Amino acid sequence: MAKRIEASGISAYYGAFKAIEDINMVIEPKSVTALIGPSGCGKSTFLRSINRMHEVLPGARVEGKLTLDSQDLYGRDVDVTAVRRLIGMVFQRPNPFPTMSIYDNVVSGLRLNGVRRKSMLDTACEKALRSANLWNEVHTRLSRPGAGLSGGQQQRLCIARAIAVEPQVVLMDEPCSALDPISTLAIEDLISELKNQYTIVIVTHNMQQAARVSDRTAFFSIDKTGDPGRLIEYDETNKIFTNPSVKRTEDYITGRFG
Amino acid sequence: MTAAVANALEARRLPRWAPAATAVAAAALAYVVFALGGVLGGGPVLTVVGAVVFFLAGLALASGIVEGSRAARNRIATALIYSAFTLALLPLVSVVFTLVSKGTARLDAEFFGHSMRNIGPQDNSGGAYHAIIGTLEQVAIATLITVPLGTGGAIYIVEYGRGRLALAIRFFVDVMTGIPSIVAGLFILAFWVLIVSPHLSPDGLPFYSGFAASLALSVLMLPTITRSSEEMLRLVPVALREGAYALGIAKWKTIMRIVLPTALPGIVTGVMLAVARAAGETAPVLLVAGGGAGINFSPFHGLQNSLSIFIYDQAGSASKYAPARAWTAALTLVALVLTLTIAAKLLSRRNKLR
Amino acid sequence: MSQSPIAGPAETAPVTAGLAAPTDLGPTGPLGGGGGLPSRRRFGRESLFRWFTTASGAVVLVVIVAIAIFLIAKAVPALRADKANFLTYKDWFPDDPTNPKFGIAALALGTVEASVLALLLAVPVALGIALCLTHYAHRRVASALGFVIDLLAAVPSIVFGLWGRDYFYKPVQDFSAWLHRYFGWIPLFGSGGPYGKSVLLGSAVLAIMILPIITSLSSEVFRQTPKMNEEAALALGATKWEMIRMAVLPYGRPGLIASVMLGLGRALGETIALALTLGATYTFSIDLIENGGNSIAANIANKFGEASETGRGALIASGLVLFAITLVVNMIARLIVYRRREFIGSAA
Repeated sequence: MAKRIEASGISAYYGAFKAIEDINMVIEPKSVTALIGPSGCGKSTFLRSINRMHEVLPGARVEGKLTLDSQDLYGRDVDVTAVRRLIGMVFQRPNPFPTMSIYDNVVSGLRLNGVRRKSMLDTACEKALRSANLWNEVHTRLSRPGAGLSGGQQQRLCIARAIAVEPQVVLMDEPCSALDPISTLAIEDLISELKNQYTIVIVTHNMQQAARVSDRTAFFSIDKTGDPGRLIEYDETNKIFTNPSVKRTEDYITGRFG
Repeated sequence: MTAAVANALEARRLPRWAPAATAVAAAALAYVVFALGGVLGGGPVLTVVGAVVFFLAGLALASGIVEGSRAARNRIATALIYSAFTLALLPLVSVVFTLVSKGTARLDAEFFGHSMRNIGPQDNSGGAYHAIIGTLEQVAIATLITVPLGTGGAIYIVEYGRGRLALAIRFFVDVMTGIPSIVAGLFILAFWVLIVSPHLSPDGLPFYSGFAASLALSVLMLPTITRSSEEMLRLVPVALREGAYALGIAKWKTIMRIVLPTALPGIVTGVMLAVARAAGETAPVLLVAGGGAGINFSPFHGLQNSLSIFIYDQAGSASKYAPARAWTAALTLVALVLTLTIAAKLLSRRNKLR
Repeated sequence: MSQSPIAGPAETAPVTAGLAAPTDLGPTGPLGGGGGLPSRRRFGRESLFRWFTTASGAVVLVVIVAIAIFLIAKAVPALRADKANFLTYKDWFPDDPTNPKFGIAALALGTVEASVLALLLAVPVALGIALCLTHYAHRRVASALGFVIDLLAAVPSIVFGLWGRDYFYKPVQDFSAWLHRYFGWIPLFGSGGPYGKSVLLGSAVLAIMILPIITSLSSEVFRQTPKMNEEAALALGATKWEMIRMAVLPYGRPGLIASVMLGLGRALGETIALALTLGATYTFSIDLIENGGNSIAANIANKFGEASETGRGALIASGLVLFAITLVVNMIARLIVYRRREFIGSAA
């Protein structure tokens, strides 16, 4: 069910400001692709262009071509809600719906798509929570508010919510940056499991994390503040971290970022 | 990739022209049914309302068939939300139009230079000079009373308040903003006019006055000024206060010399809005100022009028010249209130920009 | 004032740090000099200032208590003279020298009737506008239209009353006749006319008047919905309306209830507009279009001029009832807001 994403000539704008310019990359199915780079380099913007969440902000727009298994994501008659159903997203800070129970959070996406049968929802809820390694911790209190969980549990709840609708791609925008090291480890383990089923794209600030979890790594950077972010190098993670072919990547990886 | 490849992400969409076409069809249908057919009595208003209803129904139907129920619901919600907006603009436009068309008839020098003394039902003259004086004096005195108390209370809540008392004051400031203005008037009637004022008059009888009106307006202004000043004081960065304390400056001096001046533009905005609101109040003034046809500059002796009671009196008068006076006074009052409001908003916007 | 009392300082202008240089702060005490303890006089001024601000704050509490005390003091003699049951009697003859009878039943029911109908008319529209301002309209358009709503809020109630009585009554009259002709079988529209000042007219004017306050309070509530929850809904593939149903409305529900209750408080206490647009009768009827309708506050404005001593006391007694009702409504609304604030504070 996982799919391949192809970006060609993607540029994204916030009003007149160009945040990323001419990004070309192919994201392989059933793999973890990490986007790394300094703050403001546009890696999150690129991630949000993939499921068309970028355009949610007022004045924001995307140019170029993005395809999911050769289906154009930005085609004229494309339904954005269908795009987002196929491409799930996990955000930087855990964001369960504060007024909903754990159960309702997990099945919220299914309900949107018209699933009403209790038995189907129950099955999907358990499956998603198990996949998110959260079932054992919460199965006795599914009707309690999701906001009552710890930060790490909330983030896994959000992952469960994203995969409950069985998307083909899961985007993660710095999913561990608000979490403690133990919760971070739990999420990283989860990511390695999920890649057997999903195409995963993860933005991270943490280079060790990128090295640990990803198969391929893309390095984004900007020349100076105000310039658009560009894709500098994109390769196997091993290669990027041991033998990058571009000097700037090496500088960044080794901490001599300039 | 060729165009032949099917895109599963594409949803069937209503074409761009569909809403416009639905609107035209709905208008035509409404015209036939209501304007020509006379269903439910017909008439232009019903035709317009019917057209809107047909439009919503048609759009829901078309979108439901082509795009599915989720998209249809989204479209209807959007359409209803925008119609709510249009609907709300109608009364405002109507009020403004009525004000201008009816209020300009007596917009003359006589109106702003004369009172209603010796003006009978058959006289087309007379003015609101006495009422304007009353409004200005009453509001000015109320402002003098409430600004120190309101900012003082706000300073207490923000800078000194701890524990139950502060919580109670905060809570009741909020509650007090909801006290009906007529109750404020009754309170001042019971307290000042009926109980205190007999002790102040030579003949020992209760008396109405502009000052009583000021007190009633103060009851209404105090919570709003306290609340807005409190919000403004809270916006002053803690670092400013701590910087001053670190220099060994006393707390009260820090507040007076640093915190208050920093918050001043915002506090002034709040005061202006409260003044604008008080200037338009009728009910409390009606009960305690006494009205009166003549010019009275003294808020402490004798009856005093105000623009709002003037409007109310003229509205209740049987003279055929009264409505014109009422509308011109209403136009004057609205001009005064809106000028203050707009000035306050511009002031706050300018502060925001800086 | 249109500034929202239930939201935090979100909308208010941030105060810029253009403060006076700290050099003009005057003598700052014996820092370089004697080296002793601060002088007593400075403590004196500090406590004087503190005392003044505390007293200013306490004025609010004093006034609320004083309102209750003085209204009761002036209402009791009239209530003693009342030959009828004040709570159940409908008519209003307090100044009858031998047999003063007055009661609040018709007025209280009329107040509730007009206020509830006004809420039914205003709340859906207000919520629609609030959503439009916060989630639908373009930002610039929204700020211009928000400004227009603020202007609507600033128009004095006497002006709305005059407009309702001199201009708006005509369309309402036609509408009443239409309602009766086609829906006369519903008891609400039973009157066959002639139509004049009615509950429908009063409530419609009242609805227009409370619209801005409910709009501005609820748009503050909508504005506080965490962006991350809205994005979570959209990222799941929700349409805009589904996002509002999933994230915005549930999150804002306590705040919306509070806004509606504050609007209700306004409606219950509105005086002059209703004095000019209700029929001022002392009967209560569910018929919305017949001549009639009355409210506690409107009755005070209408009857005050002709009232003698008992009459004034009777009006004050009715005002006491109004004060109690609005106090309760406002306190409930505020408690909801305060609880919600604590809830958010602990969750964040």
